[in-house]
Amino acid sequence: MTKAVTSKAKRIGMTGDEAVANAAAVINPDVVAAYPITPQTIIVEHFSEFVNNGEVDTEFVCVESEHSAMSACVGASVTGARVFTASASQGVALMYEILFIAAASRLPIVMAVANRALSGPINIHGELTDQTVCRDTGWISMFSESAQEAYDNTFLAFKIGEHPDVSLPVMFGLDGFILTHALEGVSPLDRKFVKDFLPERQMKYPTIPGNPVSSGLLALPDYYMEVKYQQELAMEAARKVIPKAFEEFGEKTGRYYGMIEEYQMEDAKTALVTMGALSGTTKFVVDKLRKNGEKVGMIKVKTYRPFPGTELAKALKDVEAVGVIDRDLTFGAPGPALYSDLKTTLYNYKNRPQIFGFIAGIGGRDVLVEDFEHIYKQVLNLKGTEKPVPIEWVGLRK
Amino acid sequence: MKKKKHLECEKPLAEITDIRFHGRGGQGVVTASRIAAEAALMEDKYVHAFPAFGPERAGAPIEGFTRISSEAFTIKTEIHYPDIIVILDPTLIGTVDLGKGLKDGGIVIANFAGSMDELKSKIGIAKKVSFYKVDATKIATEELGRPITNTVMLGALVKVTAIVELDNICKATAERFPGVVGEKNVKAIKRAYEEVMSE
Repeated sequence: MTKAVTSKAKRIGMTGDEAVANAAAVINPDVVAAYPITPQTIIVEHFSEFVNNGEVDTEFVCVESEHSAMSACVGASVTGARVFTASASQGVALMYEILFIAAASRLPIVMAVANRALSGPINIHGELTDQTVCRDTGWISMFSESAQEAYDNTFLAFKIGEHPDVSLPVMFGLDGFILTHALEGVSPLDRKFVKDFLPERQMKYPTIPGNPVSSGLLALPDYYMEVKYQQELAMEAARKVIPKAFEEFGEKTGRYYGMIEEYQMEDAKTALVTMGALSGTTKFVVDKLRKNGEKVGMIKVKTYRPFPGTELAKALKDVEAVGVIDRDLTFGAPGPALYSDLKTTLYNYKNRPQIFGFIAGIGGRDVLVEDFEHIYKQVLNLKGTEKPVPIEWVGLRK
Repeated sequence: MKKKKHLECEKPLAEITDIRFHGRGGQGVVTASRIAAEAALMEDKYVHAFPAFGPERAGAPIEGFTRISSEAFTIKTEIHYPDIIVILDPTLIGTVDLGKGLKDGGIVIANFAGSMDELKSKIGIAKKVSFYKVDATKIATEELGRPITNTVMLGALVKVTAIVELDNICKATAERFPGVVGEKNVKAIKRAYEEVMSE
């Protein structure tokens, strides 16, 4: 029998999935509607055990698909309930239609995404594309570098999404297998922390018996645009809310986060920029290169939506060249997700680095220390070039 | 961003001991890698334990990894250059490239019933490494009633490397397998601890 960890303790061994399941148990959401899919399965398995053991008060809705899971989440969330779900890859793809509705209805549902490559060919391993393709759905979107960060993101996601100025759904990713199935030491939090950090969700117009409210309405050309603009305003508000949430979390736990994390950037001439679990190995390689006297740093983008453009522009203003490492795909585009957003962001800044794009770790291919060293060398080689440089697929079999 | 960030960013170039476990699907390779990590956590160390991410088929050769360090680290790749390899299943010796990436001066701890010379000639590792062996299959069969050697080999690992305390390996094993099963495993671990042989 798996017992939930709901008290503060020393670091405990948990995989990323176990960490998220335990975080959800501490939060004790009103409703969880989820459908199991590799590599998210352990989250749902563990959480349903917690429900069965009576360790949480959650209403667990067994659904027959992810489309139904997200629909049930929407239905539950309009009543003012605190709602959690988790999915991956094909599951997120099947939810896609409802993701837009959750955001437009301003429902702070939280979803953990065990980032996995999309079919086909069928693949169950780590890749961030299942989440980057959700960039236009209106969800706040974050990634995790470690099991601890995935654990912490579970709390942060509710804090941010439920803020009255934001009121948006939040998804956070954890790289399939690399985080979901790898055990690390995780410092747990307890229900006292939740009571303080995450007081009960306050919804302005909940749909409850005796208080009829309409939601999910029709808006034609007369008002649709205004509703969508309000979503953009909510995203803008999130830019203010997120750093405050991170700050409060840091004060209460000692673990501080930012929309971006700058690592060894103080005097860096070259920077590597990435998201998710690749950030960890990038830091390791940066330290290795620094030992050899290389002036290199790295930036981890934690919040992909809202995209931290201002923060990145500031952090990169004195940098000469940047290598962006994407573990996600888009075809026939100017470049993959993070690369394209960063380049777009910096175009109008006077002081900006040259930017080169790299695709790595697709379909769970291990990205080696040597691969990162190669990327760094390539960025140095390419620096100063006046020709357009195509995106390089790192570690591709030829 | 004004304060020090995440606790795991402190010292990525920490001294890390990389252990690779070799076995077959169904022999508890992943469990071995986890118990080693859980024992290290009891000593406030930093860990990373995970299987090689491939197809999971019963009987097929598989690998499990454990990183242990007294300092926080951030590396997330699979282990390609282990310091220590632990071989759970003797039928892998001579059939799989077990020494792949093993560091010079590394350690091989094998479940092997034959002589040390036999092990060294059969395993095909040309590098300068130290060999240790224990007949874990025999211990497991006698103590557990079945030839599952994952916990047994942890006893040998601890004796050879002192990477964690024997007591903590036993404690972590007992936590994972409560009751009589755990007690039997602990007994088997202690036997391997006593019986493992160097060159």
